[in-house]
Amino acid sequence: MSDTTGAGIDPAIRKYIDDRLAEAARDAPDHRVTLVVFSGDLDRQLASLVIATGAAAMGMEVSIFYTFWGLTALKKKSVLTGKTLKEKMFVAMTPASLEKMPLSKLNFGGMGRTMLMTMMKEKEIASVEELFAMAREMGVKQIACTMSMDVMGLTKEELIDGVSLGGVATFLGDAARSKVSLFI
Amino acid sequence: MMEDRTLDARGLKCPMPIVKAKKELDAMTAGQVLKVIATDPGSILDFQGWMKTSATCELLSQEEGKDDQGRAIYVHHLRRKS
Repeated sequence: MSDTTGAGIDPAIRKYIDDRLAEAARDAPDHRVTLVVFSGDLDRQLASLVIATGAAAMGMEVSIFYTFWGLTALKKKSVLTGKTLKEKMFVAMTPASLEKMPLSKLNFGGMGRTMLMTMMKEKEIASVEELFAMAREMGVKQIACTMSMDVMGLTKEELIDGVSLGGVATFLGDAARSKVSLFI
Repeated sequence: MMEDRTLDARGLKCPMPIVKAKKELDAMTAGQVLKVIATDPGSILDFQGWMKTSATCELLSQEEGKDDQGRAIYVHHLRRKS
């Protein structure tokens, strides 16, 4: 009769097996997705939110790192006071929020964007704003890259609530344990 | 097949059928079956992909058909395992 309890196994072999199992468990990725959203284009933001909400629905942990142009998605309002001239110019030249982002192609001064939004609505596809709200509701973790915030002169007060602040190690810490990592 | 709940996901586009199904399954208990009626042809592979990675739910069946308005529909049966 075979021994299924493992009681008869040599303690040294037993320890070796237990150690290897612990090692495998430690190195195994979590059921997790990590996205870097670098782009401030509405279409790319849309793609990132479809992946994020889909993954969250599939029971995966989701982290999105917003960096550079992507940070606009987290902007609540634009503040000018206390900023340097260059920072003020930056505020004036970048979109004020997710709603104001241009398309990566065929934007035509916003006409293309309006057209796409209308087409999506006609086809009953969830809007970028809806997906963004849904992602937050589903517990998608949003992290703003502090280095990019610093470069652009963005303060925490300009960002929506519930956003964490982090850097490259925060991203890598999550990405290293992820099954899927994407740069968008 | 007897279902405990039905989700009418007709007209919903990716990722909404998955998102809504997840909400339903969260509110259900182990052993219960959810029937999802979708019109998104991508939902066939979507539910397969999801259930392949899920530890708590399983895909029981998938069928294609037509609803009373003649639209192509995809009917999925999912069971909550735990």
